[in-house]
Amino acid sequence: MAEIITDIISKYNYWAFLILLLMGLHAMISKNNLVKKVLGMSIFQSAIILFYVSIGEKKGATIPILAHGHGTEQVHQTAAQMVAGFVNPLPHVLMLTAIVVGVSTLGVALALIQKIYRVHGTIEEDEILENIKE
Amino acid sequence: MKLVSLVVTLLLGALLLMATADFPDWGDPQSPASLHVSDYYIENSMEQTSVPNFVTSILADYRGYDTMFETTVIFCAGLTVLTLLRRNHRRQKKVVMSRPKRENQDLILTSAARMIAPMMQIFALYVVAHGHHSPGGGFQGGVILGASFILLALAYDLRTILDRLKERRALIMCGIGVAIYAGIGAGCLLLGGNFLDYGVWGKVLGVSPVEARSHGMLGVEIGVAITVMYIMFSLYADLSSGGEMDEGL
Amino acid sequence: MITDQLPILILAVPLLTSFAITIFARKSPILAFSLLLAAIGTSFACSVGVLRQLLETGATIHYHVGNWQPPYGIELVIDHLNAMVLVIVSGAALLTAVYSRHTVPAEVPDRFPGEKIPERATNYYTLYALLITGLLGIVATGDAFNLYVLLEISALSSYALLSLGRGRAYFATFKYLIMGTIGACFYLLGVGYLYIKTGSLNMADLKGLLASSILLDSQTVKIAFILIIVGIWIKMAFFPLHGWLPNAYTFASDTTSCLVAPLMTKVSVYMMIRLMFSVFSVHYIFEVLGFQDMVVWLAAAAILFGSVSALGQTNMKRMLTYIIVAEVGYMVGGTWLGNSNGLTGATYHILSDAMMTLCLFMAVGAVIYKTGDSSRESMRGIFRKMPVTAVVFLIGAFAMIGIPPTCGFFSKWYLVSGALEAGHWGFAAALLISSLINAIIFFRIIEIGYFPDFDAPAAASGDHGHGAAVMAEVPLTMLLPMVLTALSLIAIGVYSNEIITGLVSRTIPAGLL
Repeated sequence: MAEIITDIISKYNYWAFLILLLMGLHAMISKNNLVKKVLGMSIFQSAIILFYVSIGEKKGATIPILAHGHGTEQVHQTAAQMVAGFVNPLPHVLMLTAIVVGVSTLGVALALIQKIYRVHGTIEEDEILENIKE
Repeated sequence: MKLVSLVVTLLLGALLLMATADFPDWGDPQSPASLHVSDYYIENSMEQTSVPNFVTSILADYRGYDTMFETTVIFCAGLTVLTLLRRNHRRQKKVVMSRPKRENQDLILTSAARMIAPMMQIFALYVVAHGHHSPGGGFQGGVILGASFILLALAYDLRTILDRLKERRALIMCGIGVAIYAGIGAGCLLLGGNFLDYGVWGKVLGVSPVEARSHGMLGVEIGVAITVMYIMFSLYADLSSGGEMDEGL
Repeated sequence: MITDQLPILILAVPLLTSFAITIFARKSPILAFSLLLAAIGTSFACSVGVLRQLLETGATIHYHVGNWQPPYGIELVIDHLNAMVLVIVSGAALLTAVYSRHTVPAEVPDRFPGEKIPERATNYYTLYALLITGLLGIVATGDAFNLYVLLEISALSSYALLSLGRGRAYFATFKYLIMGTIGACFYLLGVGYLYIKTGSLNMADLKGLLASSILLDSQTVKIAFILIIVGIWIKMAFFPLHGWLPNAYTFASDTTSCLVAPLMTKVSVYMMIRLMFSVFSVHYIFEVLGFQDMVVWLAAAAILFGSVSALGQTNMKRMLTYIIVAEVGYMVGGTWLGNSNGLTGATYHILSDAMMTLCLFMAVGAVIYKTGDSSRESMRGIFRKMPVTAVVFLIGAFAMIGIPPTCGFFSKWYLVSGALEAGHWGFAAALLISSLINAIIFFRIIEIGYFPDFDAPAAASGDHGHGAAVMAEVPLTMLLPMVLTALSLIAIGVYSNEIITGLVSRTIPAGLL
């Protein structure tokens, strides 16, 4: 029992992203207002981005840039020291892509909402469905 | 509907929670994610690409294919919003000619924006150019450039900025930006290497393949910055005016 | 050597052309159309070239983008399954592009009275090229994260294309956007879970790493698999996650339906097969996880639901979208049966269903182009008014029902024998029932097409001779692709043995009985 609790507490970062993810998903599915759905989508994607970035973290490591890369004072390190001293760069790269994709989808969703408003006169889903049935 | 959604969400939550039991601890330097492929990038980025910023070297070189498509995603989004919203009312032409500039342009806002915007743009250009040595790169610089235009559009009004930055030209420039990226890649094909293999540009530029990679990365970052800048502004212009390009926020 | 660069040319040419259309062809839709046609034609030629190369040497083609060794760089991996789907995607895109010559000016610009929408046709063609690039990229790639990026390109451009439809198209596309984003994000999350356990994103590398015994027992990998598969199911509209499909495809413009309907769901099926067998393995899915029975029952439910819903529709396009839902059920069920007959049937069905759907959507699109009416009534007397279109529709209908020698018969044959082999009577029964229901649906339409007075509403008796004598066939650019597609249905059926032994059987992974 104590093991499970320690386990849970030591991985609190994964819990944080999980809660955000569920909030975003719930908003996307259940909210009536289209803009709230889109905000939920944004939260959902942010949660996934947080998850990926937290994969790359290493205790006591610095940002993944070689300081004085082209300078004259090169600090000589062994390969293992280097790897442990820099945060994993790959998740950062992947999430750059994911953020950009998220922003693009957000833009398209907002444009669609504007068009829906022009056609149906409302952005509440139940009113739109009534409007359509007529 | 809310009940169904709650049930689905909680089920998903339980499922994902079961998975976390197996995860490595946070910050563990011996986790598989940190050891399998990333150590290669950290150890070899400087000697293979002459770029000390590992994130930029992965983004623009090792996984440059991904970044090319990412830029295409932005381009596609801007094009979509334009196609969806943009429309010309027939009566708009007369309205445009006779409308005076907005009276309530605030003096403080406009003066402050006029002073800040050039600083933002210079900083953005620094971010793009120095992306190899410090945090930065094409996307980041492009967004700051776009933000400088949006700042001006907010302080003045949309029409004033659109006089200087027509949205049709914006779309063409976006296309040119991504075409620079894909063009550099296609140029590698023509020079005999694989797609996006910047090393072969060394033959044309007269530098070693490693240096050529660094220059190739700079070239694609510039292309990305151009695209992102114009798309950011074009998205703002389309969304805030509902496609009619007369009044912003 | 140009032949070494063929895999990337398949993708790079439509991509560069979409930018070229944006930059150069803003004023002239004709130039845009010609550029598009040239690009997709080149892409098709390159895919055929790659397929030929593959059949000659038999070795999987690996292309390292940027000249970096995988798993450090991204690679394109082309094996028999890929090569077949590449040819299908570029071929169907080419046919639809030719078809779109007359329909795009009619459907896309100038939809609001009193307003001129600038340059809509050019934008349409750009988005078309981007969609094709995305789909081809999904098929060709060998990297799991690259797949996500390309998935998003194809999704975004499809949202754009689908929203250029009639009034209700916007809301339908919005629902599709929400569901599609959930699907893609689930996939991304699944890939993240795989990454946290293995540290790699390359598909071949993942396969090697996941085979180790520690990872076989890991909860994370199980849940990663579930997330990835559910994400892909959302994208392919597998029952019960199909809610977005009927509305989104019905309200789109007809050319867009012809482009999107045959391709997007089939590429998602390809994604599922690729991830199931080239990243995870046969042993993992069928023995360690073991929930394939449930999936096959779900597939049977999908088939029945799709077929029964199609029965009740009067709108032609809507009926066809429900048939797509049923067809997706065929393919998912065939894959998860767990034997080689089932997977052969499913893979062959990717080819045949893409062509069948394209054929039917083109025929229906041609009828709507001429009559402006998308209900079943517009098919009245079609055999006399538009004979070529009617024959094309007939062949497509036969293929859907599963009448030999069209290709539909052979894919059903393999699926049913796979189902019986695996002891899945429910799935086999669902397949046969759906054939029966398809027969009812299509023969009803063919009846009113051939006998215009059959079952006619009483008020129409006044204008008997009115529509009968008017022979108004659609333009040649629309007829030619339709006829080619219909002929291909028969050709794929007649040569099914060669295709299956020469191509499809090479795609079955070892370890499936």
